[in-house]
Amino acid sequence: MSSTDTNPNQKIRVLVAKPGLDGHDRGAKVIARALRDAGFEVVYTGLHQTPEMVVSAAVQEDVQVVAVSLLSGAHNALVPEILDGLKKAGLNDALVLVGGIIPDDDIVELKKLGVHEVFTPGAALQDIVDHIQKYAPVRN
Amino acid sequence: MSPTDLEEVRKAKAEWEKQLGAPRPGRFTTLSDMEVPLLSTPADLADSDFDYLRDLGFPGEYPYTRGVQRNMYRGKLWTMRQFAGFATAEETNARFKMLLQHGQTGLSTAFDMPTLMGYDADSPRSKGEIGKCGVAVSSLQDMERLYDGIPLGEVTTSMTINGPAIVLLAMYLAVAEKQGVPRENVRGTLQNDILKEYIAQKEWLFPVKPAVELVVDTIEYGSKYYPKWNTVSISGYHIREAGATAVQELAFTLADGLAYIDACIARGMSVDEFAPRLSFFFDVHNDFFEEVAKFRAARRLWARLMKDRYKAQDPRSWMLRTHAQTAGVSLTAQQPHNNIVRVAVQALAAVMGGTNSLHTNSMDETLSLPTDESVMIALRTQQIIAEESGVANIADPFGGSYFMESLTNRVERDAIDYIRRIDEMGGMVKAIERGFPQSEIANSAYHFQRQLEAKEKVTVGVNKYRIDEPKRIQTLTINREVERQQIQRLQALKSSRPAATHTAALQNVRESAQSGKNMVGPIIEAVKAYATLQEVCDTLRGVYGEYRETGSF
Repeated sequence: MSSTDTNPNQKIRVLVAKPGLDGHDRGAKVIARALRDAGFEVVYTGLHQTPEMVVSAAVQEDVQVVAVSLLSGAHNALVPEILDGLKKAGLNDALVLVGGIIPDDDIVELKKLGVHEVFTPGAALQDIVDHIQKYAPVRN
Repeated sequence: MSPTDLEEVRKAKAEWEKQLGAPRPGRFTTLSDMEVPLLSTPADLADSDFDYLRDLGFPGEYPYTRGVQRNMYRGKLWTMRQFAGFATAEETNARFKMLLQHGQTGLSTAFDMPTLMGYDADSPRSKGEIGKCGVAVSSLQDMERLYDGIPLGEVTTSMTINGPAIVLLAMYLAVAEKQGVPRENVRGTLQNDILKEYIAQKEWLFPVKPAVELVVDTIEYGSKYYPKWNTVSISGYHIREAGATAVQELAFTLADGLAYIDACIARGMSVDEFAPRLSFFFDVHNDFFEEVAKFRAARRLWARLMKDRYKAQDPRSWMLRTHAQTAGVSLTAQQPHNNIVRVAVQALAAVMGGTNSLHTNSMDETLSLPTDESVMIALRTQQIIAEESGVANIADPFGGSYFMESLTNRVERDAIDYIRRIDEMGGMVKAIERGFPQSEIANSAYHFQRQLEAKEKVTVGVNKYRIDEPKRIQTLTINREVERQQIQRLQALKSSRPAATHTAALQNVRESAQSGKNMVGPIIEAVKAYATLQEVCDTLRGVYGEYRETGSF
């Protein structure tokens, strides 16, 4: 058995998504690499995705986790659409995380709508990894 | 110093080193992870074959290591230019007027994401983005409101726009014309640096080759009709913010500049026709000496490339004139008042490095767009450096420092290595198509993040000296009402303009693009007929296609 086979993260599939017109992808790429290095299976959508494109990638890849990166201030408009879309597509149990510049008041609102956690600038990569390990739904 | 004297210095240093105490644990490196010595001596300079007249010379003279102005800040202080733009054109117009009233000397316009991507406010793609990261401009009407009551013949304006830069330039020139400003008095800078979009900022419209041709169109047009307009601001800022090291920022930026020069020469222009109007824009980050060295190396390397590679004759073609902005990425959401100090240190480095123009970030920019109060502190930071600290009295005060000259040499040498690799790939356009600068930057960003996680690099208040913080500082929020208002206004414009004029103008844009004509003139005619930003961009997308990046990481 190779070491990756015994890695408990191996089965967890994560979509790192960049919705909206925002081009700031430094954070998304760093997170994607860190999650891959932690043993997760990571798919990155690339830039400038509509909420529908994010949902359809999540369905296609059958991910347990959708990590949405947004730094343009469009989170209040785009994240709820992604949450709705995931529900409609039957991915009710997907763990939705948001990362980026999100004001405190908006964090409260996003969590009410179903975002599991919001990571703002300065968050440690290990905390994000731990969070996913703890809360990602189990799938076969 | 004679070889014997240098030998004495080396011996004495070796003796001195024997008695050094133990250093603190860890490596001693710059922010970009270059090892630095504890102490430099004349021997280090001699080892790098330092020659005063060849490598430094005098301010205002080749190779401009010590600055492009002969009397530096004694003649004229750097331009204090705070970047501003949010919500509607009216609100940004009011911020501009406030900044001018408080002593700012140039305007700098930030556009929102839809504008940067060539979408109108009423596009479904614009949802949630309108007025958020800058001002929304969908038509000439918005541009008229943006600069209303600001005499464009008297201020210099910088516009941060790239993908659709040619359209926003057309709108600006149309407003200046309506104000009756003579062409030779229109002064300012269009960022218009599309190559760094593919490399780092990622706000693009068209595939690389036609996009570069549009840049060449603006350079050609500007050089002919608007002699005081800076046609391109070749930008390292976004490259650095995306995670590049100081050397990568310098190398990729200059390589972008070389690509524009090659494209203009291929169009049939001679280098001295357009090179004097090229300007630069660099980041200024936390590592004080590394940043000063970067600015000095940038001027020297550009001057040498222009003279040796392109045989430019006009000294203005050799000069690297630059704007600088403090590093947004260095600001922290935690303990945000600390950002005021970071910005002051960075701004001082830019001034020690001899920048020609400077934007200081506001302490709250990692949380949202800045409030009036925090913008004022940022502007005052520059004024304190300029008028209280005494540093503006002296040109290139680090010149001759054993350490600074060694570091400047090293930064230049490492940048030359990168430029050589890019040349070997066939130039920057080819390198971008291979994803070379993109992956170099992503590697550096990841390396730095790992260093932060391991606490090899420190961010005060984030991975060291954390505190539990109460509610954060007051921030600026953009009302959703802005979106509704902007869409309504745009639709009113679309229904009131005479249809025949703008349709004919757009038809002319299409035909001109198909036949490879210079596009500035046709686009000016289209925006004057109130064709919208997206209508013009969609017409061009129809001819050139759209750029797509694969989602690699």
